[in-house]
Amino acid sequence: MLLIPCPNCGPRDETEFHYGGQAHVAYPENPAELTDREWAEYLFYRDNTKGAFAERWLHSTGCRQWFNMLRDTVTYDIQAVYPMGEPRPDKENAATGTTAPTLTSPVSPEGAVK
Amino acid sequence: MADTAALENSKKIQTLRKSPASVLRTAFEAGSVPGTVELREVPFLTMAGLRVDPAGEAGKRLGTVTGGLPSASGEVRGSGDTAVLWLGPAEFLLVAPAESHESLGGELPRALIAALGDGEGQVVDLSANRTTLELSGPRASAVLEKGCALDLHPRVFKPGTALSTEIGGIPAILWKTGDETYRIFPRASFAEFLGRWLLDAMREYASTEVP
Ligand SMILES: [Zn+2]
Repeated sequence: MLLIPCPNCGPRDETEFHYGGQAHVAYPENPAELTDREWAEYLFYRDNTKGAFAERWLHSTGCRQWFNMLRDTVTYDIQAVYPMGEPRPDKENAATGTTAPTLTSPVSPEGAVK
Repeated sequence: MADTAALENSKKIQTLRKSPASVLRTAFEAGSVPGTVELREVPFLTMAGLRVDPAGEAGKRLGTVTGGLPSASGEVRGSGDTAVLWLGPAEFLLVAPAESHESLGGELPRALIAALGDGEGQVVDLSANRTTLELSGPRASAVLEKGCALDLHPRVFKPGTALSTEIGGIPAILWKTGDETYRIFPRASFAEFLGRWLLDAMREYASTEVP
């Protein structure tokens, strides 16, 4: 069981969430101009990453909000949670060749804590 | 305002309705262990779903009717016997006594719809969507801990907190209304299942403790 840190509610059991597949798959700008093959690739082709993978999650039993999560597909380690529409947090660091990226960890005590 | 004859007729119809967990009323009485853990249904509470940006104009107008809107997960706002539970950043559940409903002469949800006006958002009468189970007593949290993964320790889960989560494998809203009192809101179709699940979880406390 994964303990997923929802950005709104704090850490909750995996069973409260729904998986939304790979993140950052942009809708084609001119879908009508795509060939059948390009359209099929947009619809069905996804990366099969070994390691850090950016994916979409929905906290369906809680706040019903979508968010993005960076998860290691080998260790299941959750490396970052970030809003939809924001760039993948480990990419710019990788490009500049810096060492281990500093990732925002929203893990906090139960969301209810006051 | 509804005319008197229509209201009388509406009240007459109310006496015929059956609450989602009514089939378990005697089972709840038999399964309750007075002073240890007790379970009952609080039927027909008035509930309204509010979907509005709490910072916007419409959100502020709704807030003046409800006594504020909660701003973070777990928070409950309200005034008097009306409470507003946080369900999401722009989604809230208003809970009020049954008599607050306009079919019994109250002002809800009419007053909320009027406050929203043509502003951006929704007010939906959800009174029939969920029922309310009240679990109370010193063993209430021990019963819930059998099927709820939240940290229910009193240091973490304080009275006046409400969270949307899973209990006994089904989605439900859990509202801690007192030190040893919880209100649980399952959807109507889950009410009987959750009622029986809670009765089963309560059963061990009916027998004498093995020293
Ligand atoms: Zn959430």
